[in-house]
Amino acid sequence: MSSSLHIRKLLTIICESTLEEDIAEALARHGARGHTVTDARGRGTHGLRDGSWSAGANVRIEVLCDEATARELLTVLEHDYFADYYMVAFLSDVQVLRPGKF
Amino acid sequence: MPFEPVILFFALGLVAGVIRSDLKIPGVLYESLSIFLLLAIGLKGGIELAKVPLSSVAGQAAVVLAAALLIPLAAFPVLRRLVGLSRADAASIAAHYGSVSVVTFAVAGSFLARSGVDAEGYLVVFLVLLEFPALILGVILARRQGGNTQWGRLLHEVFSGKSIVLLLGGLIIGWVAGAEGIKPLDRLFIDLFKGMLAFFLLEMGLVVAGRLGDLRRAGIGLAAFAILMPVAAGMLGIGTGLAIGLSTGGTVMLATLFASASYIAAPAAMRIAVPEANPALSIGAALGITFPFNLLAGIPLYHWLATQARSMTS
Repeated sequence: MSSSLHIRKLLTIICESTLEEDIAEALARHGARGHTVTDARGRGTHGLRDGSWSAGANVRIEVLCDEATARELLTVLEHDYFADYYMVAFLSDVQVLRPGKF
Repeated sequence: MPFEPVILFFALGLVAGVIRSDLKIPGVLYESLSIFLLLAIGLKGGIELAKVPLSSVAGQAAVVLAAALLIPLAAFPVLRRLVGLSRADAASIAAHYGSVSVVTFAVAGSFLARSGVDAEGYLVVFLVLLEFPALILGVILARRQGGNTQWGRLLHEVFSGKSIVLLLGGLIIGWVAGAEGIKPLDRLFIDLFKGMLAFFLLEMGLVVAGRLGDLRRAGIGLAAFAILMPVAAGMLGIGTGLAIGLSTGGTVMLATLFASASYIAAPAAMRIAVPEANPALSIGAALGITFPFNLLAGIPLYHWLATQARSMTS
């Protein structure tokens, strides 16, 4: 079974929920084939983000893709969003089945 | 002066937040309550709108819209020069104050009902109309010296936002169906309204308590603005209400609309259109100071002022 596992990148973005649609469009435009969004809460440099109302809510967006796409997406995020928005983005290695899907 | 008990729920939420109680209103309930309130307010307005000729309301609406645009136009230079904010911050805050708060409007309605003062129910039309022009004006003020704006994205955000969809949708449903048609729904949308409003205000108390930290960043100039601006705008509303021939109650409602600052539609639109503006400043002022001020002191003040102005003019 392990022979069918392949390395891919998992790009995780945590940002203010206002950006959800924007990011989803940007991801699709730059080659991501899909993404998953979950509501998120937490605390950071922008204080408590407890999600109790829309302007104080965060989302966590996850994308599985190959390394080249992941790097391109990070560049886009850095260029378009890091300066003005609450956002954290990071990459990690993950193992997936069905590599053609990501 | 009659006291409006729903405000006590706001105070309870505020206290619970300040003492760090584990009381938490789930986000889903907040969403559900806001959907209910927006629909119910729209429906009630639509039923009342059906009783008056549209042409007379259209004339009033044009005057109200023109007068309301003075609010962001006056707020912007004050914020720039007297408070000393950046162009983006001043424009964003001007947009928040030019737009309106639905819940403040609902509390004013509740206050008047309790005081036994009638108001024109169709004023909800103005609530819908005043929500978005200031947002667009805010973006223009922010971008006068260049910079690109995603206008399409902004207009979509403003017009497809749930507050416009539900208020306008409710208004049209109420207008088409009329009081008789809505009667089977009265128990839900009319009778339960005040209870739901109380629940929502409890949540707003918690939210405001969570923003108190932002106020420290705002500074004394912005704090003073957040109290003086609604009073000035409220007086403009009273003048406008009397000029277009509204009743005393209607004048108070219009003054409240002018005085209130948006904290739902405006923050979302400004994040998209003027991202470099600091949301902690605008939300801290609109929600942390102006919203409680209007609830506790503003609405009774506008009522008093409108009554005085009415007795002087008649």
